[in-house]
Amino acid sequence: MSNNSISQEHYKYLKKIKRRKQIISITQVTIFILAIILWEIAARLDLIDTFLTSSPSDIVKMFVKMVEGGDLAYHVGISIVENIVGFTAGTFLGVIIATALWWSDFWAKVLEPYLVVLNTLPKTALAPIIIIWIGTGYQGIIVTAIITSVVITIMNMFNSFISVDEDKIKLLKTFGASKLQTFTKLVFPQSIPAMISTLKVNIGLSWIGVIVGEFLVSRAGIGYLIVYGGQVFQFDLIMMSLFILTIVSVVMYKLVSIIENKYLKWHQ
Amino acid sequence: MSKEPILKIRDLSMTYHRLNGEVKAIERIDLDVYEGEIIGIVGPSGCGKSTLLSIIAGLIKPSSGQVLLNGKKVEKPTKDIGYMFQSDQLFQWRTILDNVLLGLEIQGRVTKESKKNAENMLETYGLGDFINSYPGQLSGGMRQRAALIRTLIVEPKLLLLDEPFSALDYQTRLAISDEVGLILKKEKKTVLMVTHDIAEAISMSDRIVVLSNRPATIKDIIEIKLTVPQGIWSPIKCREAPEFRHYFNKIWKELDVHVK
Ligand SMILES: Nc1ncnc2c1ncn2[C@@H]1O[C@H](COP(=O)(O)OP(=O)(O)O)[C@@H](O)[C@H]1O
Ligand SMILES: [Mg+2]
Repeated sequence: MSNNSISQEHYKYLKKIKRRKQIISITQVTIFILAIILWEIAARLDLIDTFLTSSPSDIVKMFVKMVEGGDLAYHVGISIVENIVGFTAGTFLGVIIATALWWSDFWAKVLEPYLVVLNTLPKTALAPIIIIWIGTGYQGIIVTAIITSVVITIMNMFNSFISVDEDKIKLLKTFGASKLQTFTKLVFPQSIPAMISTLKVNIGLSWIGVIVGEFLVSRAGIGYLIVYGGQVFQFDLIMMSLFILTIVSVVMYKLVSIIENKYLKWHQ
Repeated sequence: MSKEPILKIRDLSMTYHRLNGEVKAIERIDLDVYEGEIIGIVGPSGCGKSTLLSIIAGLIKPSSGQVLLNGKKVEKPTKDIGYMFQSDQLFQWRTILDNVLLGLEIQGRVTKESKKNAENMLETYGLGDFINSYPGQLSGGMRQRAALIRTLIVEPKLLLLDEPFSALDYQTRLAISDEVGLILKKEKKTVLMVTHDIAEAISMSDRIVVLSNRPATIKDIIEIKLTVPQGIWSPIKCREAPEFRHYFNKIWKELDVHVK
């Protein structure tokens, strides 16, 4: 469609839609900035107790101090690595197990109730045991992160695998496809969108596992900074850690979205 | 057509077993199909038409009886039999070319020549501009044409079409059935085509097999001889033949449709 051929009326319509989108974005940003400013003002005028709420300028100061000392990069780096290993391994393991279940109808049926029960269990409740079993280092934290995402991955992927159209499987059979070919040519590619959306969810779940693990292990990482901040009543540190956690997880989520849009053109 | 039949169906019966009972879908069907023939299969819905095709394709085992392709018993899917479904079943993450090559890929037969051949076929049948497009970018008719090429490219000796046009709207359906009819005749294919559209069956087939209500038995086999205007055969022109109405009424009566 070329732009010079559209009617005046359609042009107005497009402009209206665009305008509305802009207003929504502007309002969103304004709310954020206003909240920060109000927070700062309230802190300066002693309307709130900065001992319990911190203030934007104190958070920035804390941020600068920790960046200069090199502590921040260390703690954030550790958490990010734990998180990435956690959700990649969780997703990978989940896909492998789902594949095995797809392969064997019998075992899928046998294991189904176990999965359902495991899925309802809040995985972080297992963190203390895992850390005792695996060790109180980053390994324990990573395994906690894996456990939080693996069960839901198995369920999502298995459901996606079995929702493939019967006629498509029949079609492959008429070409003489083996079970492995049916999986690699049809079942798996068809499930890639499901895998990416599971991956997105897993980033968040894995963060839960990492933070809880770091709370318990209490040696390094963003979770450790939060717990430590709480113990010594350093709210600047807690708030700064929360901000960084938010930013890091949003960036990771966005990265996956970008990859998704790039490689899944057919999916729309 | 006086030679040995390419396909022999002998005393074929099929019963499905389910927890809540058994369903007899096919009962004692015998049929010979000769090379180059297009056979239409019509019958009430749910009578066992798809079951019959699935058995011929070797996708399901019959309860008794056998299917012989060139004298050899069909027990599992073979590359000599191509199957086309009601909807195109194109893989939406593959380009049209890659979709068309699917069968060859599975059989490990993709070569430079076969690729070239696929491109040529897409070109010949009006999909030349869409070789690298994704199925989502094509209309229903084009997609069904791509599905046909995907089936033809593995060079099956026998083609099974299960209501291949019923997912299309009426006008596309007329156009595509005309095109497909011409393609099948040009490629001299032997075809078994299930349809619930009597006119479509008459316009495309050399013979029509009328099936009874479930369990499907052969009620009648009707040879179609149409005087085509100007002598150039095409399914659309067949619809203008003077004998068309006669066949239509005959089959309509035999199908004995009652709206309940
Ligand atoms: N896999 C199956 N298991 C049990 N019953 C089936 C199965 N497939 C088809 N049937 C039954 O067999 C009968 C014939 O089905 P089908 O061959 O699909 O009919 P048609 O294609 O003529 O509409 C129907 O009553 C259907 O419910
Ligand atoms: Mg059917």
